[in-house]
Amino acid sequence: MSDATSPGPDRKAQIDAFARRHRFKWWEALPWLLAIGAFFIFEPYRALGAQIFATVLFALSLDLIMGYAGILTLGHSAFFGVGAYVCGVLSVHGMGDPLLGLLAAALGAALVGFASGAIVLRTSGLTLLMQTLVVAALLQELANKAHSITGGSDGLLGMKITPVLGVFRFDLFGTTAYVYSLAVLFIGWLVARNIVESPFGRSLTGIRENVNRMHAIGAPVDRRKLIVYTISAAMAGVAGALIAQTTSLVGLDSLGIERSGDLLIMLIIGGPGKLYGAFIGAPLYMIARDRFSEINPVYWYFWIGLFMVFIVVFARGGVLGMIERWRERGRR
Amino acid sequence: MSGLALETRALSKAFGALAVSQDINFKLEAGARHALIGPNGAGKTTFVNLVTGVFAPTSGRIFLGDEDVTTMPQARRVKRGLVRTFQISALFRKLTVLENVTLTISEREGVANDLFRPAGARRALIEEAYSLLEPLGLAAEALRPVSELAYGRQRMVEIAMALALKPKVLLLDEPAAGVPTTESATLVDMIEKLPKDIAVLFIEHDMELVFRVAKRITVLVQGAVLVEGTPAQIAGDPRVREVYLGERKHT
Repeated sequence: MSDATSPGPDRKAQIDAFARRHRFKWWEALPWLLAIGAFFIFEPYRALGAQIFATVLFALSLDLIMGYAGILTLGHSAFFGVGAYVCGVLSVHGMGDPLLGLLAAALGAALVGFASGAIVLRTSGLTLLMQTLVVAALLQELANKAHSITGGSDGLLGMKITPVLGVFRFDLFGTTAYVYSLAVLFIGWLVARNIVESPFGRSLTGIRENVNRMHAIGAPVDRRKLIVYTISAAMAGVAGALIAQTTSLVGLDSLGIERSGDLLIMLIIGGPGKLYGAFIGAPLYMIARDRFSEINPVYWYFWIGLFMVFIVVFARGGVLGMIERWRERGRR
Repeated sequence: MSGLALETRALSKAFGALAVSQDINFKLEAGARHALIGPNGAGKTTFVNLVTGVFAPTSGRIFLGDEDVTTMPQARRVKRGLVRTFQISALFRKLTVLENVTLTISEREGVANDLFRPAGARRALIEEAYSLLEPLGLAAEALRPVSELAYGRQRMVEIAMALALKPKVLLLDEPAAGVPTTESATLVDMIEKLPKDIAVLFIEHDMELVFRVAKRITVLVQGAVLVEGTPAQIAGDPRVREVYLGERKHT
């Protein structure tokens, strides 16, 4: 407490430190450097890499609403699935341009996010959790029944994705998919980062920390939540479309709540509310799944479960939470 | 009606058969330093909750300046300058002190809807927030999470946030509760230094603070106004001595 009474803390230095938090730090380049390095080092795994990038984008979209705004959801796959189906169905009908597909997926998912959000965001906690789950289940059943459009439980057949920008064909080795997904993730990250650092993004953390106080200082809490929910849905839709385009597959599982659950686990492993949890959790989870399922194709979930127990008991706040605690201990 | 910042007329509130506020006629002059005192359970906090709109009154009217705000929602009363602090701190605990105040100013200015420019680019808002912290002695802790602060310091953050909303009428619900005596001087100093155009009503158990700061005092007993007057009148009033000053309680 001695610093509380010491005279004249440096006003300018403190305000500078506070006002410059949004500036780029050196370590923020790490994910991108690693991704570029992996392109050359792990050549046979480029297809997996592309899927990881799309999943990171998906987890990033969840972080916006869950990590920042504190909106709990188990139905985020709804938007992923809508994005995947929108771009898949378009491509079946001769509109296979990848970028057009992404745009349509974003719009479609945003629309569903806005409409469902306007209803479910009135609640919170467990009720909200149930309602988001219901939205995903409803959409999945809808996709199942609309067999003529979606292919139902057989999956969508006959997707034809044209080359990116009319030049880069999606190849068997996943080279195009890798670069394309990475580029889209990069843009998604820029958007998410900008939102998080904006006054709007800061107000989301206020909603997460103490929603009653936000009401008391006159914030339009419901509107803010709906806006970020819609943006997050659009981003999840793009992630769904990315995976659909790079694998040429869309099935009912893309809307399934199992995907939402996996996503939640990824974010918790990485650390929610810190923007980079998605970049750690999604690759860790997907690489672990890839390895574990090779060892034992049936029981690999057991190892994931064990890993989760470890995280919850020993590493609150995920990997990033752990790193933060180490750094703080180092400072003291 | 000019000259009055806040007025209640025959304000009553009952929870079922329990009358917690009875026929309260209360006037807060513009620029007032007015204390509301009374024994525990006298209905002081209920009165604040009625005035700010947390509870709807059973009967009676509330005026903010010339305007009847009896049915106006809480957030709109805040926008008109009716601001309160809480008896138990209600802060953004994991966020830094400066962030708590900056968030509040962002809402007041309506910039919190901006998704594009970084928050740090609005330096004027941050400067203003910091300037609110300095006189409260919070500058050294500006960049620490609120949860790491001692309770008394958190009370100061609470007051900084209330001031950040630029109140016309400021209701302080037990500002000194939990503030150690070493810091209560800062608190008294701060209340005395509040801009003259803010009308301040404070609920307080610390009689030293009440008699130092208040120009007028209202005594509430069992939900009704017992007496109102200057500190000298209150101190000399035998009824007040009987019900209240005899049993000095710090809670």
